Amino acid sequence: MKLLIKGGRLLDPANGIDDQLDLLIEEGIVVAVGVGLNEDDAHILDVSNRLVVPGLIDIHVHLREPGYEYKEDVLSGTRAAVAGGFTSVACMPNTDPVNDNKTVTSYILQKAAEAGLANVFPVGAISKGLKGESLSEMGELGEAGCVAMSDDGRPVRDGEIMRRALEYASTFGLPVISHAEDLSLVSGGVMNDSFVATELGLKGIPWVAEDAMVARDVMLAEFTGARLHIAHVSTRGAVEIIRAAQKRGVMVTAEVTPHHFTLTDEAVRGYDTNAKMNPPLRSADDLAAIREGLADGTIGVIATDHAPHHRDEKNVEFNIALNGIVGLETALPLTLRLVDEGVLTLAEAIDRLSSGPARALGLHRGQLTAGHVADITVIDLDARWTLNAAQLQSKSKNTPFDGWSFKGAVSHTLVAGKLVFDRLEGRESIV
Amino acid sequence: MSFGHKHILGMDQLSADDITRILDTADSFKEISAREIKKVPTLRGKTIINIFFEASTRTRASFEIAEKRLSADTLNISASTSALVKGETLEDTARNLEAMHPDIIVMRHGHSGAPHYLAERCNFSVINAGDGAHEHPTQALLDLMTIRDKKGTIGGLTVAIVGDIAHSRVARSNIIALNTMGARVRLAGPRTLLPTGADRLGAEVFTDIKGALDGADVVMMLRIQQERQGSPLLPSNREYSRFFGLNPDNLQRAKEDAIVMHPGPMNRGVEIASSVADGPRNVILDQVENGVAVRMALLYLISGGEKMAE
Amino acid sequence: MSPRETVILDEPAIGRALTRVAHEILEKNKGTRDVALVGIVRGGDHLARCLQQRIQEIEGVELPLGSIDITMYRDDLASRGSLPVGKTELLFPLENKNVVLVDDVLFTGRTIRAAMDALMDIGRPRSIQLAILIDRGHRELPIRPDFVGRNVPTATGEKIQVQFNDNQQPVEVRVCKP
Repeated sequence: MKLLIKGGRLLDPANGIDDQLDLLIEEGIVVAVGVGLNEDDAHILDVSNRLVVPGLIDIHVHLREPGYEYKEDVLSGTRAAVAGGFTSVACMPNTDPVNDNKTVTSYILQKAAEAGLANVFPVGAISKGLKGESLSEMGELGEAGCVAMSDDGRPVRDGEIMRRALEYASTFGLPVISHAEDLSLVSGGVMNDSFVATELGLKGIPWVAEDAMVARDVMLAEFTGARLHIAHVSTRGAVEIIRAAQKRGVMVTAEVTPHHFTLTDEAVRGYDTNAKMNPPLRSADDLAAIREGLADGTIGVIATDHAPHHRDEKNVEFNIALNGIVGLETALPLTLRLVDEGVLTLAEAIDRLSSGPARALGLHRGQLTAGHVADITVIDLDARWTLNAAQLQSKSKNTPFDGWSFKGAVSHTLVAGKLVFDRLEGRESIV
Repeated sequence: MSFGHKHILGMDQLSADDITRILDTADSFKEISAREIKKVPTLRGKTIINIFFEASTRTRASFEIAEKRLSADTLNISASTSALVKGETLEDTARNLEAMHPDIIVMRHGHSGAPHYLAERCNFSVINAGDGAHEHPTQALLDLMTIRDKKGTIGGLTVAIVGDIAHSRVARSNIIALNTMGARVRLAGPRTLLPTGADRLGAEVFTDIKGALDGADVVMMLRIQQERQGSPLLPSNREYSRFFGLNPDNLQRAKEDAIVMHPGPMNRGVEIASSVADGPRNVILDQVENGVAVRMALLYLISGGEKMAE
Repeated sequence: MSPRETVILDEPAIGRALTRVAHEILEKNKGTRDVALVGIVRGGDHLARCLQQRIQEIEGVELPLGSIDITMYRDDLASRGSLPVGKTELLFPLENKNVVLVDDVLFTGRTIRAAMDALMDIGRPRSIQLAILIDRGHRELPIRPDFVGRNVPTATGEKIQVQFNDNQQPVEVRVCKP
């Protein structure tokens, strides 16, 4: 079966393409890209006045399955992904049981295949049970389909373990994703250590808790020559450490979440638990540094840290609320705000959401030249809409962006040439 | 004559006029506590629930006396007897409280923002009796009343607050309130006990008690929690008392007629020397007495609701 | 003064009424022994001071004088909001006193009820009598004055205002139509 995507503006940052081009897809693969393509026996998807980009890739999500299906499962999580324009997601291993063995990896992949929506790339645990004590069987995890190793949700406290994790993972060509946080410096903090925390009477998490650990891990990457990816950068210091390391040739990449480039710790006022994250929302200065890092490519990846939580886990006192927010369905519009504000060009924005993440984890995606998998996101840049959290596809509705007005929306999402989301129908559908 | 506030959650919500009105009202209520029959029927038929998720002796007693002197029906729920220890959420607690149709909830909670949570979700009035390290507005009001009693005014005075500023809701509320009333505020303590951005609180910050005391009209000592000793924040109470304790020597730096305040309970020999605690300048018992009057005033003003009088 | 307002008593008329009331108090109590004057804040306290002066002029005796604020005893907190709380000043023991409660206008009787409750909380007078400058009727409680300056029939919606000058001397009584 053939599909002709016709009439749109193709933006493929990795290949420097930004033009009125049609795409012909056969058996899930892009077979031709050209002006005014025609194919008699092809199904035609008219995308006039739309932007066609490589399918968005979110390399940091929590799908919560197995173990926390009341928050999210692979089906609901990938439904949220395709509604947000993401054709691929990498899911973190802090499930129950932890994804530290090939059985769990296989289980997740089987669920993803059953859902048939977005591609799911599991991330395996660095250490067994995320305990930071002994390495998981990374070779087998890689074989089973894991694309990277991380103890996300908690740092690897022991420097020796982290050193060996980097060395061992690189044996199998797997990057390590660092959740960089010195817990002894976090010391029970619940928000950014700032004047706002002082005014609210909440215990602060100082930026040095992040910077110190980013510095250690970057140096370990330099020392071992292994590939390191820093998750959810939130501080100026972290951006600067990473920038300097990249200049020295250290193989380190970094991601930032839409909430960290959009909100500051001022959002915590009123004790809004949907502004409670780890790392916490930081200062305006940190936000500026993150945006600079995104613009100059130090931070090559926008990832959501999609963290669904049940209402009962958020509707509590700020101190005891769980960290994180859902992000899959707000990442694209929040990133497009950066384009409107002149922080990123449209090509840069799309790069940070597709080719950038693909490069960071070595995924063969994020491009739309002939021969690539036809993971495609179609965007209506002019659509104006208002977010109603209750209507999110995710099982959980924990977002601080409820009621926000946005410009730009996903109109179609295709995974391997299959239409999995059509905004006009308001739900996923199969061609 | 509307008071305009349904809840008292923090000093940040009160203007100088609000504070003056509360203190004036409290002055009138003070007379009742001196009577033989220490009771007026003002809040007859009103139900007030004091819910304390943290141990408290004097604040709870003060609220309870204030409520009883106004003839309200009062009920005390403390953490040890409440369902909270069994894991009930604050939301369920709120719903259960609401089902009892109270008029006012007086709440103390270990988590900052907990009274705000309740106020946002329920119909009754909420008075914050201390939330985490955030605010303790009735303490600040009774402190203001005591200062005004003793000094005749608040504006223009120099007030030194010494001790664990970082973890003190009393300090937080007093700093805001004293600024609102036009006093000059000084803070003093070791760096480990000063909060992030202390210099932005509208106060002059000292890491030396002597400088803070120089020419002060009011000296407000904060309690050093026992668990601070030996934590990363403080090596020992002994060292603290040497460098930050109030004693007859360093008190001489304050004005001759300076008053000494303490929210209680005091650690004699730690933040305050016994000779100062028992000395003629201390107004600590006045603070306790004024606490009842201020709380009566607040309960009265809150009960009048947001309606306008003729 | 708006056209809806009518002066019903001027300063001399008020003076004559108070003088008569002073005489009646003395007559009823057979002199000044154990008599005390307590004015209701605000208005009644000023009138009580006027009565004290007149009695001193007549008998040469200064009666104990106090004031009582009834805000805390009102039954209309919910409907009127938190009115400012005035000062109660009773510097003499009430025990065995024949207290003459003084107010400017007697209407529903609720203020007098509150004042009697307030007095009872403070002490145990032998008796309470009631002196009023204007009785406008419309009682809602079984309360009647012992001494009245002037009875003024009114409609419920009308208001009676007793005006005082800066020295707290009564100068005028007006009826205001709604």
